Amino acid sequence: MVNAAQIRNYLEEVSDPEIPVLTIIDLGVVQEIYLADHIWIIELTPTYSGCPAMQQIEVDLLAKLQEKGIANAQVKHVLSPAWTTDWISEEGRQKLRMYGIAPPVNESDKSTLFAEPPRVACPKCNSMETRMVSLFGSTACKAQYQCKQCLEPFDYFKCLK
Amino acid sequence: MQDQALFEYVLRLADDSLILGQRLGEWCGHGPILEEDIALTNISLDLIGQAISLYDLASELEGAGKNHDQLAYLRFENEYKNVLLVEQPNGDFAMTILRQFFFDAFRLPLYEALMQSPVAQLAAIAAKSVKETRYHLKHTSEWVIRMGDGTDESHERAQAAIDHLWRYTSELFFEDNIDEQLQERQLVPSLKGIQANWMETVKAVLSEATLTIPTNNWKFEGGRQGRHSEHMGYILADLQYMQRAYPNMEW
Repeated sequence: MVNAAQIRNYLEEVSDPEIPVLTIIDLGVVQEIYLADHIWIIELTPTYSGCPAMQQIEVDLLAKLQEKGIANAQVKHVLSPAWTTDWISEEGRQKLRMYGIAPPVNESDKSTLFAEPPRVACPKCNSMETRMVSLFGSTACKAQYQCKQCLEPFDYFKCLK
Repeated sequence: MQDQALFEYVLRLADDSLILGQRLGEWCGHGPILEEDIALTNISLDLIGQAISLYDLASELEGAGKNHDQLAYLRFENEYKNVLLVEQPNGDFAMTILRQFFFDAFRLPLYEALMQSPVAQLAAIAAKSVKETRYHLKHTSEWVIRMGDGTDESHERAQAAIDHLWRYTSELFFEDNIDEQLQERQLVPSLKGIQANWMETVKAVLSEATLTIPTNNWKFEGGRQGRHSEHMGYILADLQYMQRAYPNMEW
């Protein structure tokens, strides 16, 4: 009989379809895993409301468990508490950097208008001399930046709190 | 029907998000610059995502066994309860940004207040959406300032957009017996407080942008009761095409 910890281990093999270096465990979207009425319930928290990756993650997750011989699993979406980039693991942050995406930095309160964009280190050359090109990037969770030192354009995984 | 008033309230929120998301989606491939094309469609995606969560909740409250697709795609025009502002055509870029700015400045304080709602799922959706809405408002505020305090032409276009859209803004704070009933039950906030907050944001941003608030108080409303402008039918023709042509289709 499999237990919740084992299932969590299996989920380490499921990656984010849009950022394949991250597993869904690194991303912090997997919450409680428990058995209810002989069915394994896997709680998932969406990152952004409209993120199309969430549906793919659900499909991939169930396929992975099926492959491991667990057919009685179901995904339950939980909105509260809302996902935050603080839930991305330290290992996940390292992986993002290696992949060329700057991980989220602690941003000041976004409720203040006219705030300066966050200072983000270039994932290529580590320079802090970077500029925000656009608050919105290739996916809902990213902003576009460019390094003024090495000129590398890069994605920044923006802080969501 | 389990909770008619709450169902109507959530449907209004959902319809605002869906219709505005649909409008922004029309910019896909037509943005003035690539970054902005991506930004508008990202905001659209957030709004449609929020609409899905809201329709799921509405469907639960209605208790008629309809899923979110049925609510989004299979109602008639007079059954949509969005405000007239969100269905107005995109116009030029200034018109789209100003429409979005007026909406974001309303949605942010509304979501902040709804986070305190004792309706747990509504509070959860608000807590999730508030984070996204902060980004939207920041983005649109910056554009309003850039355009207003930019060139003569960008200033003129931004002011023209404000002058045109102003008549649709008071409907954002429209309240009827549905709101009153829910406020009495202490489930939702009064829109009077939200309006004060909205006005503060609008004044701050427009003054920074050297733009002026119109003095003409002519206003339009009716959307909350399903009476829409002439644009709504065309939106629905696009929006509903797939479900009408291929009933129950799924991606």
